[in-house]
Amino acid sequence: MLTRAHGRTTFQVGPVSGVLRPRMILVGAALLVVTLAPFCYGMTIGSFPISLPGVVRAMFGAGDPGAVYIVRDLRLPRALAGLLAGLAFGMAGAIFQTVTRNPLASPDIVGVNAGAAALVVAGITFGFGSATVLGVIGGLGAGLLVYVLSWRRGTTGYRFILVGVGVAAMCASITDFLMTKAQVFEAQRAMGWLVGSLNDRDWSQVQPLAIVLAVLTPVAVFLGPWARQLQLGDEVALGLGTPVRAAHLALLVTGVGMAAFATASAGPVLFVALVAPQIAQRLTGMAWPPVLVSGLTGSAVILAADVVGRHILPSAQLPVGVVTGALGAPVLLWLLTRR
Amino acid sequence: MGTDGAKRVPLQALGLLVAVLALVVLCLLSIWLGSKEISVTAVWQVLWRDDGSADAVVIHSVRIPRTLLAVAVGAALGLAGALMQALTRNPLAEPGLLGVNAGAAFSIVFAIAVLGVTSLYSYIWFAFAGALGASVVVYVLGNRGRTEASPVRLALAGVAVTALLTSFTSALVLTDPVALNRYRFWSAGSLAGPVSGSLVRVAPFLVVGAVLALAAAPALNSMALGDDTAKALGRRLGLVRAQGVVAVTLLTGGAVAVAGPIMFIGLVIPHIARFVTGPDHRWLLPYSMVLSPCLLLVADIVGRVVTRPAETQVGIVVALIGAPFFIALVRRRRRLAEL
Repeated sequence: MLTRAHGRTTFQVGPVSGVLRPRMILVGAALLVVTLAPFCYGMTIGSFPISLPGVVRAMFGAGDPGAVYIVRDLRLPRALAGLLAGLAFGMAGAIFQTVTRNPLASPDIVGVNAGAAALVVAGITFGFGSATVLGVIGGLGAGLLVYVLSWRRGTTGYRFILVGVGVAAMCASITDFLMTKAQVFEAQRAMGWLVGSLNDRDWSQVQPLAIVLAVLTPVAVFLGPWARQLQLGDEVALGLGTPVRAAHLALLVTGVGMAAFATASAGPVLFVALVAPQIAQRLTGMAWPPVLVSGLTGSAVILAADVVGRHILPSAQLPVGVVTGALGAPVLLWLLTRR
Repeated sequence: MGTDGAKRVPLQALGLLVAVLALVVLCLLSIWLGSKEISVTAVWQVLWRDDGSADAVVIHSVRIPRTLLAVAVGAALGLAGALMQALTRNPLAEPGLLGVNAGAAFSIVFAIAVLGVTSLYSYIWFAFAGALGASVVVYVLGNRGRTEASPVRLALAGVAVTALLTSFTSALVLTDPVALNRYRFWSAGSLAGPVSGSLVRVAPFLVVGAVLALAAAPALNSMALGDDTAKALGRRLGLVRAQGVVAVTLLTGGAVAVAGPIMFIGLVIPHIARFVTGPDHRWLLPYSMVLSPCLLLVADIVGRVVTRPAETQVGIVVALIGAPFFIALVRRRRRLAEL
């Protein structure tokens, strides 16, 4: 059922109702194409090029056994890691920017990336643990620490941000310290992880993130209305009947969870969580960063960056985190100066 | 506000005096303590008369320049941080937000990796030029477009340019181990490295920046009420913003050129100062300017003494001791003075 009122089209299907936003749907569909193109293309290129039909056949286990191995165990995990990490970073960024009402906010302000980085670099320097496990522990640990430390009969967004800044700075300085103490070879490995990379992904890095996203994505979409009310300020949201404290906690846990698992599987891919929601907000012309479109933007940026990175220096395999900044930043700048 | 404000003036002035005295004491401690133990009386004697002894050489050619550097860099970063937060009306703003640090880092890495520059002297000018260039680009992009410039646009332009430059820096560093080896020490931030006379070279820029910043204080108070109110009060927003951006660039660019990017201090000190002064920029700016070198000196002394005779980079120690202190402060306050 479609109704038109106040210049907007609303729909109602059974108990579900909402505003129909043609521009958002259009942008979402376009982004889906923009995301899928590098996803498919990325599966065909490499030191052993496979045609697209060959990739599809290999995915179903038919054709050359070598191609089946390359597609199923090497390229698919890599492409999926990029897709899912982009989704997670984009959505987490959108949540944080909405809840804190701050376009400079990202999961980084509660030290998710910094905590993961500190623990992983420690692991590389002293040679213990796997980067995936350490990344999850570090990221979740930092987020939890910030929440506990900023708790004082409920937490306010402002206190949360300030405590987050402190914890993130501490984790970052621990990372810096380890980097200066490490041997140059370990330092280079750590640096490679720190910029975020999709090289050598396998299924063990993709599965945890996929499971977490399968749970948290519906939660994030479901919490969307709360997030938009919190954006009006805590007092207004309370007046509108939002359970402010519960909403804060639920949204932040969702965002931190997504970001921590994404960091663990792809490294702290620079700026995606910060830039993707801003791009999505401007593309859709909304007053807030839309969660799903932000996620798609994140995926598009990471996957495109991965393909570009493999093309520029085929021998060196430029890590994806190096290219995301170079690719996402001009888009944001263009959107900023256009209007 | 009138009478209340008038009553608070002597209190604020007294507080500032105490802070200045603390800074003087810390300066003397910084001259006294170091990897070579010198007795207090010996320090006092050679402090006024350079008698050419070994102690005198250590004090006059190492410790005094280093202490002065800490004071200058600290004051510059504290002031720039407070100014940046006022200009963007964002508690997450820091001196490097205009891309100053990223510009300096890229310029130095470019000089090392591509131009093969090895002289430490020229690092200063490369860093300063990079800082200046990045800041100009951000300002121009942040003010372009059909609608009027807004604090958010400026901040986002800074974020995007930082992302772009950081990508280029990472790409250069990852493909050149020699550059990485120099860059990782520079990027941790240090007061130890230089190069006698480096402070003298950037001092004029720092002084001009400080004067511009302090002169902007009354206008910043009006701007805190919102752009429209500030305009109604007769402020010329474009002019104030330009003055602020020039001041931030000179202060941060000068600091990063001689000491590398020291993070955290410029972000956090204004918040600490705000606990004392409230939102009045006429007090906030001087307080930030005095408290910031205090923290930097404490960190520098600790970094020198704890791991004697080796030392830990000041940028690392600043966050390690500053962050817990800051978090404790944030937790103690029931009401936070917001921006």
